[in-house]
Amino acid sequence: MEKIFQKLSLASATLVFILLIGIFMTLYSAAKPAIEEFGVNFITNPAWNKEVPLTNEVETKAPSTLTTQDSVADDDSIADEDDDMLLDDDEEDIATKTIYGGLVPIVGTLLSTLIALAFAMPIAMGIAVFLAEIAPKNISNVVGIAIELLAAIPSIIFGMWGLYYFAPIIADIVGGYQVSLLTAGLVLGVMILPFMAAITRDSMNTTPAVLKESAYALGATKFEVIKDIIFPYSKVGIIGSIILALGRALGETMAVAFLIGSIFELPKAINSPTISIPVAMANNFGEASGLGESALFYLALILFIISFAVISLAKFYFLKKAK
Amino acid sequence: MRLLINKIFLGLSILSALIGLSFLAWILITLFLKGLGSFHFSLFVNDLIDGGLRNLIVGQMILAGLASAIGIPLGMAAGIYIQEYGQGRYASLIRDLSDIMMSAPSIVIGAFVYAIVVVPMGGTSGWAGAIALAIMMIPVVINTTDSMLSLVPRELREAGIALGASKYKVIIDIVIKAAKVGIMTGILLAFARIVGETAPLLFTSETSNYFSLNLNESFPSLTVSIYDLANEPEESSRDLAWAASFILTVMVLIINLTGRFITRNKK
Repeated sequence: MEKIFQKLSLASATLVFILLIGIFMTLYSAAKPAIEEFGVNFITNPAWNKEVPLTNEVETKAPSTLTTQDSVADDDSIADEDDDMLLDDDEEDIATKTIYGGLVPIVGTLLSTLIALAFAMPIAMGIAVFLAEIAPKNISNVVGIAIELLAAIPSIIFGMWGLYYFAPIIADIVGGYQVSLLTAGLVLGVMILPFMAAITRDSMNTTPAVLKESAYALGATKFEVIKDIIFPYSKVGIIGSIILALGRALGETMAVAFLIGSIFELPKAINSPTISIPVAMANNFGEASGLGESALFYLALILFIISFAVISLAKFYFLKKAK
Repeated sequence: MRLLINKIFLGLSILSALIGLSFLAWILITLFLKGLGSFHFSLFVNDLIDGGLRNLIVGQMILAGLASAIGIPLGMAAGIYIQEYGQGRYASLIRDLSDIMMSAPSIVIGAFVYAIVVVPMGGTSGWAGAIALAIMMIPVVINTTDSMLSLVPRELREAGIALGASKYKVIIDIVIKAAKVGIMTGILLAFARIVGETAPLLFTSETSNYFSLNLNESFPSLTVSIYDLANEPEESSRDLAWAASFILTVMVLIINLTGRFITRNKK
């Protein structure tokens, strides 16, 4: 019995390991057709679901990928002859092919996250200082719970509220579209605000009381204590918290889906619509098949790797160091 | 001058707390007004096909309940391993990986389950949705179990062992019992989180207009339907989406607050 219990718990723990590897492997193998087709250039290509004449592509493609990408190429033909053969033999409608590039959603993801950070950071810092240092204990508790409730609200609610109530106001002030990079970023900022504030507060609370008291005893004001004692002491932890919030923002789907506009176009200005990786997946996965679906998996893989890297950096560099 | 800077700084800090609170109030008031405006008790009786929400609410709870049934035992067992059995590198590796997985993008988990469950099964299903939610839940349960068990004093374990109990007996009857309240709070918070999830369900369970208990076909989901309804042009669909959002948020907040109050009463 003891043995069984121990084995079961070991198996469950190993499941985490398997899941993580499994996610990576599954995404990779599902993305493989797109990775082979578009290579690393996928990241810098702004076209999505675009018909292009096959001839242009062939010139830039390595011969080896050509045979795998197109079933129209005859099996016995040598790769080097493929472009000629395709042009000569095939009908007009086969002479174009659809290409996918990830630049637009990648840029959209990064920019909307940056806007969210720029918006949320100062407010989250303010709230954290308020909770940790300024408010009396009972007020701090109540406000703390309220902030955590804000974090508990489902993201789809943020999306609807943002689209119908928040975005119109922002669009009135800034001009431009109601669905845009800016409004998506701001609503994303409101979403990560409570999360960021809560972990920043926890970092600040690790400052030893002795340090603060000695500074007060020397006649320092609250601002000076916070600036010169608490902030330097918990700096590493605070940076970790910010990066962790950034990791959350990168992968957020629903709040952004309502607001970013969902068009595959690089944003011309901060208030024009674009798309992010999670939203591209949410909106196109249903209809996609073949290479299009594979390209979406490629995007998912990129997102997974970015957020894995960001979260690891926060957890293992900054937050470990802070302890 | 120093005092003035201090005043300004404190003012800014209080202001940001007010901004945070006003966002919460704004969202809640919006939900309340819009949601209550289109709220009817018939929503709980009819299915979506007849303009109600009954099948969606039941479906969402079944998905989340099933995910808990899968995720809680696995997560707790893994947490117990990390804290009680595991030694050294491997246990801390699992702990770190689980921490990372806790913040993994939920849509990516949806895509993963799509590839390993939906494609082989040939279509979206309730099972796929529940599995996606369970994967979201496991790391959270591991995290709570791990940190709550670490609070149980070593002496309790030693006392159990000294009485001749085997290790698993000590873990189940003493350690888990001692950490019960904390673990339950964590589980309730995790449950509240997955009840409100949309992204992992989009292409796993999808949603359905009809009442269904068959987990092998597309399964009604409140959150996915909110997304669909909110994107429809008709005013009536959007009103229904607001009513659904209101109900969803009330459910999530009640579960969340229940979790918090359990711990509070203990103290």
